[in-house]
Amino acid sequence: MKRYSAFAIAREAFRQHKGWDRAWGNPEPKKEYDVIIIGAGGHGLATAYYLGKNFGITNVAVIEKGWLGGGNTGRNTTIIRSNYLQDPSAAIYEKARGLYENLSQDLNYNIMFSPRGVLMLAQTEHEVRGYKRTAQANSLQGVTTEFIGPQKVKQICPIMNIDGPRYPVLGGLWQARGGTARHDAVAWGYARACSDMGMHILQKTEVTGVTQEGGDVTGVETSRGHIGCKKLGIVVAGNSGVVADMAGFRLPIESVPLQALVSEPIKPCMDIVVMANTVHGYMSQSDKGEMVIGGGTDAFNGYHQRGSFHHLEETVRALVETFPMIARLKMLRHWGGIVDVTGDRSPILSKTPLGNCFINSGWGTGGFKAIPGSGWGFAELMAKGHSPLTAEFGLDRFREGRFIDESVAAGVAH
Amino acid sequence: MLTFNCPCCGLDKDETELGYGGQAHLKRFGPGSDDADFEDYMFNRINPKGVHFERWRCASGCGKWFHAARCTMTMEVFGTYAAQTFEPPQSIKDAITAKRPGWSWGNFK
Ligand SMILES: Cc1cc2nc3c(=O)[nH]c(=O)nc-3n(C[C@H](O)[C@H](O)[C@H](O)COP(=O)(O)OP(=O)(O)OC[C@H]3O[C@@H](n4cnc5c(N)ncnc54)[C@H](O)[C@@H]3O)c2cc1C
Ligand SMILES: [Zn+2]
Repeated sequence: MKRYSAFAIAREAFRQHKGWDRAWGNPEPKKEYDVIIIGAGGHGLATAYYLGKNFGITNVAVIEKGWLGGGNTGRNTTIIRSNYLQDPSAAIYEKARGLYENLSQDLNYNIMFSPRGVLMLAQTEHEVRGYKRTAQANSLQGVTTEFIGPQKVKQICPIMNIDGPRYPVLGGLWQARGGTARHDAVAWGYARACSDMGMHILQKTEVTGVTQEGGDVTGVETSRGHIGCKKLGIVVAGNSGVVADMAGFRLPIESVPLQALVSEPIKPCMDIVVMANTVHGYMSQSDKGEMVIGGGTDAFNGYHQRGSFHHLEETVRALVETFPMIARLKMLRHWGGIVDVTGDRSPILSKTPLGNCFINSGWGTGGFKAIPGSGWGFAELMAKGHSPLTAEFGLDRFREGRFIDESVAAGVAH
Repeated sequence: MLTFNCPCCGLDKDETELGYGGQAHLKRFGPGSDDADFEDYMFNRINPKGVHFERWRCASGCGKWFHAARCTMTMEVFGTYAAQTFEPPQSIKDAITAKRPGWSWGNFK
């Protein structure tokens, strides 16, 4: 792999940019791999990357039915934070946030990590109490957050109306090292690094069946024929139920559409990420100047990547009170993704009823921020059969009643 | 917008006037059942891409629960039927078969 650098740009400028390599290969599938990962989203690609980097396992294929990063990884609003309430969550999300800090250097690919600060608004007394509790939990977990009052909120985000009649701003949970990153670049950077280690990323290859023998997976049926494997990782987000059905087990997961939209681009007006869970909306400004706005999920199961229109109206209506200046902006684009929501709103990184088959799913509305940490832990689980980062996220927690209840901390989609 | 005809009051209702009750025809397992059955009843879901049987409540109408058959991919509603059944009626199954030959859902075909 030729490294990207300022020098490389200068060099290529002198030869009409003819010397750039393809970022990743487009190989023919082999008959068999040591490990197959289904799903080339951020979590699947990060898993493959850390299998290679941390465990030297490089005979790996990542199989993707569409194009890599075309699922939720390329559809999310890119909020990165680790201010969760429960210890297992704080551990994996903070691991991820920490890895994001140096990911551009690690991958030699600019993922545009921007630790601009994430502010979760408290607009009811319950939220004030809840976020103060989270701030205390975070300080025990070694995650740097702080509860700030309304005046400080106004100071770091002047465009906000803090004394709105219906939902006044009573304070906020501030994580100064939270922020955003370029979502596509995260997928592309991992893909390039995986391809460089000799791994195969098989795009436009749909998995249609899981072949088994004596309780173990032997491979997968795909639109390009049967491909064998010694270990299988299912990392398909909203399609988890569909692929689990192929493998013959059920999951505590339901798939629902989640939507986002961006406004027309405007001059810089907000240099942090704001989340308002009471009114179910959140907003940041992209480098292009668009206001990036996320909304709520549909109330019912769905696989159409669109979502119900009234959710957009509700989200925007609520945000307009807190951010009066956005009232006159036009909407530029709107889209949806299918998110995989579990019974306790926490992810599943787990062994499955099949011996050599593992699943990483249930990240729901908030898994972009977790990509590096999830890949790190899931690779360890797949390589060694155990990982401290994933230990609490097993499927057996539903049977045993050991939930990781983040439904309050997660609140809305992000 | 997704619209259902409530079989109780006979009115067409938009999704914003209804409450969603999740997967239909669950077999309940309560205290005394074994852990696997309880887990299955409480958490595990079919979550299909395609034909789905589900519960809805006519929340801003007559207030009653009813069942519906819907495609989770196209949002097409195949029909609605009474809540007091353990299984979708043949007419609903036929309506689905006409549009999705070879469908299956849990134990139903
Ligand atoms: C609108 C929206 C906003 C969001 N905002 C945020 C946010 O601000 N912050 C945050 O942290 N998270 C956010 N999320 C959640 C986040 O996007 C996801 O949790 C995360 O991207 C999941 O990554 P993944 O790799 O698991 O899934 P995906 O990126 O969806 O990848 C799964 C891949 O599997 C492939 N696949 C599925 N079935 C098959 C098959 N049979 N064969 C082969 N391939 C298959 C799919 O094509 C897909 O590419 C948001 C999500 C949405 C939809
Ligand atoms: Zn009714």
